[in-house]
Amino acid sequence: MVPSIFAGLPDLAARRRATPLWRRAFAYWCYQFTRTWRSTLTASIVYPVLYLAALGVGLGSLVDHHLGTGRGVGGLDGVTYLRYVAPGILAGSVMQIAVNESTYPVMAATKWVHTYDAMLATPLRVLDVLAGHVGFVLLRLLVTSATFCAIAAGFGALVSPEAALAVPAGVVTGLAFATPVMAFAVTQERDSGFSVIHRLFVVPLFLFSGSFFPISQLPGFWQEVAVVTPLYHGVALCRACTLGRLWTPACLAHAAYLLALASAGWVAARRTFRRRLAP
Amino acid sequence: MRTISGPAVTRGGACPPGLARLRRPLRIVERNLHVYRRGWIYFVSGFLEPFFYLLSIGIGLSHLVGGVRVGDHVVSYTLYVAPGLLASSAMNGAIFDTTYNLFYKLKVAHTYDAVLATPLGTGDVALGEIGWALARGVTYAAAFLGVMAALGLVGSPWAILCLPGAALVSLAFAASGMAATSYMKSWQDLDGIFLAMLPMFLFSGTFYPLAVYPGALADLVRITPLYQGVALLRALDTGTVSWSLLWHVAYLVALAGLGAVLTARRLRRLLAP
Repeated sequence: MVPSIFAGLPDLAARRRATPLWRRAFAYWCYQFTRTWRSTLTASIVYPVLYLAALGVGLGSLVDHHLGTGRGVGGLDGVTYLRYVAPGILAGSVMQIAVNESTYPVMAATKWVHTYDAMLATPLRVLDVLAGHVGFVLLRLLVTSATFCAIAAGFGALVSPEAALAVPAGVVTGLAFATPVMAFAVTQERDSGFSVIHRLFVVPLFLFSGSFFPISQLPGFWQEVAVVTPLYHGVALCRACTLGRLWTPACLAHAAYLLALASAGWVAARRTFRRRLAP
Repeated sequence: MRTISGPAVTRGGACPPGLARLRRPLRIVERNLHVYRRGWIYFVSGFLEPFFYLLSIGIGLSHLVGGVRVGDHVVSYTLYVAPGLLASSAMNGAIFDTTYNLFYKLKVAHTYDAVLATPLGTGDVALGEIGWALARGVTYAAAFLGVMAALGLVGSPWAILCLPGAALVSLAFAASGMAATSYMKSWQDLDGIFLAMLPMFLFSGTFYPLAVYPGALADLVRITPLYQGVALLRALDTGTVSWSLLWHVAYLVALAGLGAVLTARRLRRLLAP
């Protein structure tokens, strides 16, 4: 029995037992982030500002001049280039952060630092370890997406009140990349595959998925390729939010596609994590 | 160390003295070649990024932007951007190896401590590493220039001079990047280099003319090294050549020289026994 001197205190052990196990893995990643978040400021604040200034404002002045935007003639989707490109940069940055957070940290936790092994030496199961890490990536995407939207609002790039929904739209876009990439990363023995993902997958998607120009300008076959890529749907969904053109069947389809991809990634990750980590 | 260096230099006695001096820095280049034989994928894929940018701009953005005025004639946006990307590609190729990799070899792997246990000196290390980065930058630039020619993005016969021009850009960034890295104390300090490179890439007249900026800002952009490189290569590629281009050349040569001298001095200080 508990000694009487503890009688007046809350039962900490019982409270801990009541906490879901995955929350402990989640708490670890959050704790680590409280120590290292300063180094992420560059990527989450400085880069969006630079890209919006260079492409939205600088290049935008050439585009608007050429297309005659603002004189009632149209432009892209009838808005200035800054407003057109901002959601594209949002989706692109969220994708990049999602891929970064689900490659090197997963490999570090699997084989460089063995964080997962340390977690598994406690009552946590493989599924708790995975859920804790995915939960943290989700939080990270939320912070990134919200920061970007605040900065874009400062640039005057958001049009309607519905633009607030661009924050969850960004998170869903990121998640559609995070879970499949995590499922892949845990199977790897070396990190060379990650830079291939970055250069052959992330960069082309960023450049050709409708972030900077409508995919209708791509040659026929490549339009069909672009429509299948997750970033195309992410860009379209984020753009629908920031321009306030949200309630259409196409938007539901974009959201459904991204959620389906995130779920499929989750199922795959459960399997690959178990295969790699189960004792 | 000195007692060993005597016989080692005279071993290849048939070499003329000028070449013999370059033989030792070339050992560093040879070492890096051996290392990259196992990581060729990094080397090759580094070229793809500017190529994707060029393709994306040619297919998409050029229709949205139309023509851009260079000197006294108007060129297509793709032709306008291509030399800018060539300069950035030369910069990136040179910077990869002279920042992160150099720091790793200097502070973590202690590669140069091992090198100095051989007849090579700190000056050989500086020359060899700058030479290697130059070779990498020139390789990327030559490949990119080939793609430009294939896509019809070469506006004048002067464009042939873009290759030495890009080599000069590589050399300036290799030497100054290396000098900057020699002052770094931790990995976090290296983020500063990339924090300087991204704004240069985005704002140095790569994507749009300086006329977009208000006066003082345009002057600020003019003093950045990437702007100098972009302006030089763009003038050569579009054929708007004048004697004033020699100012850009002088700027880049001075930067390369300053970087090389600083690097040799810093390495002597950091590595001398």
